[in-house]
Amino acid sequence: MKVLVPVKRVIDYNVKVRVKADGSGVDLANVKMSMNPFDEIAVEEAIRLKEKGIATEVVVVSIGVKQSQETLRTALAMGADRAILIEATDNVHTDIEPLSVAKLLAAVVKEEAPGIVLCGKQAIDNDMNATGQMLSALLGWSQATFVSELAIDGDKAVVTREVDGGLQTISVKMPTIVSVDLRLNEPRYASLPNIMKAKAKPLAIKTPADFGVDVAPRLSIVKTVEPAGRKAGVKVSSVAELIAKLKDEAGVI
Amino acid sequence: MAVLLIADVNEGALATDAVAKTLAAVASLGEVHVLVAGTGGDAAAAEAAKLSGVSKVLFADDHAYCHGMAESTAALVVGLAGGYSHICGAATAFNKNVLPRVAALLDVMVISDATAVIDADTFERPIYAGNAVQTVKSADAKKVFTVRTATFTAVEANGSAAVEKIGGPGEAGLSAWVEDKTATSDRPELTSAGIVVSGGRGVGSKESFDLIEKLADKLGAAVGASRAAVDSGYAPNDWQVGQTGKVVAPQLYVAVGISGAIQHLAGMKDSKVIVAINKDEEAPIFQVADYGLVADLFTAVPELIEKL
Repeated sequence: MKVLVPVKRVIDYNVKVRVKADGSGVDLANVKMSMNPFDEIAVEEAIRLKEKGIATEVVVVSIGVKQSQETLRTALAMGADRAILIEATDNVHTDIEPLSVAKLLAAVVKEEAPGIVLCGKQAIDNDMNATGQMLSALLGWSQATFVSELAIDGDKAVVTREVDGGLQTISVKMPTIVSVDLRLNEPRYASLPNIMKAKAKPLAIKTPADFGVDVAPRLSIVKTVEPAGRKAGVKVSSVAELIAKLKDEAGVI
Repeated sequence: MAVLLIADVNEGALATDAVAKTLAAVASLGEVHVLVAGTGGDAAAAEAAKLSGVSKVLFADDHAYCHGMAESTAALVVGLAGGYSHICGAATAFNKNVLPRVAALLDVMVISDATAVIDADTFERPIYAGNAVQTVKSADAKKVFTVRTATFTAVEANGSAAVEKIGGPGEAGLSAWVEDKTATSDRPELTSAGIVVSGGRGVGSKESFDLIEKLADKLGAAVGASRAAVDSGYAPNDWQVGQTGKVVAPQLYVAVGISGAIQHLAGMKDSKVIVAINKDEEAPIFQVADYGLVADLFTAVPELIEKL
């Protein structure tokens, strides 16, 4: 069984986000970019499926600017076998919407015929939490979102999902789309020899036109602003003073 | 055209707070119909009918829609979509699972976690863990969106809409529910509680987390946790507050042993009053706290419990 893992190049989660002065978005020029943390978990899970003998090949795909090659090389260094880059824009500030990404991925799925697609539950830049669900809809496949445990058993997968009240276990028909949550695994670091080896692994470059997909956005950005700031308050010196402030000044207890 | 609001129903009970706050968010868009789906949802449908601003409740009394299974529920919603300009729901795990699927089936882009409905086409939403707020205008014929309910005030329950039973496409046959592992608790629900007490990595162990729970019980509060505390196994996943957990905006948020990573702040910075208790006076949580107490939580929290 082949596993397909979409990965996204996003601002590194440790970088302080700055809104551009013209309000068009967040400044991404000359900032550190990394693989979306949720996608790292998906890549790790795919590699583990291969190590267990359940998967035969791990194919990673990224959609965005040409620099996304770096993200794909990271996935290859972790242990993925081959990569596909769909160059959908040459502007680092253009975010390809989940609907367009899902359409491109659906086209890749038709070519590659994977038995499962493992994706991150959300990207930490647009925080949409949508691509997996949308891909599943377009393919007419089952979907397993926010997954913290995955067990594949023949023509079905049993997954544990992180939901509002706790955990939910469902069984989904294969092939399926799994969107992964934080606690599924801890991704490995790529070793130096593997980073060197990844440079020789195949990386195909395509465009949306190759798949006949229009990536024009449906949402236009009216403005982007910094959130209303919150000022630091006062330090209290004792528990008694804290209680007094909460009772008399804030009136919340 | 009207708005179709997809209600969260768990074990036959309506998630009233989530639905009532979503109703407040979409009030400017016109007539609202609420969809209650799943066998045993009679009481939930009746409760939804009482919420102010609801003009009709659609009740799909079919087992296929129990447990919020995405494939069957999305097919039901798509079947109803023709009569609506807007399809929405609270940004709960259920709607985050179902509504992007609905949007793709309708060939429209979903708008997740809207914090304001500006007009029929324009929505405000946080991006980058709330470090930026973006206003987006949709060019799609139908808008499909989820609402981050934390900052909205629930509508009152003084209405009396009709409940109409509807059919649907039924079981999609792609997935099956196995079990729910949900802890029952007498505490208030995290996303609607007036007070939340949260513990972080500083709490140190699952056993010590009892202290956080005791303080919460003393205050009649819900219990929350940082990602670090959940990942370390001190607290269950459904207590997580933050970018990838729950978003809360209580009257009082007490952060104990939480350093205040931006991913955590994303989930609680709209709280009215924030208290931080941390022994590291350089912890970033103090930059957003109204009242900061630099102290060892293992002495401060027992003292707080005793003196409250």
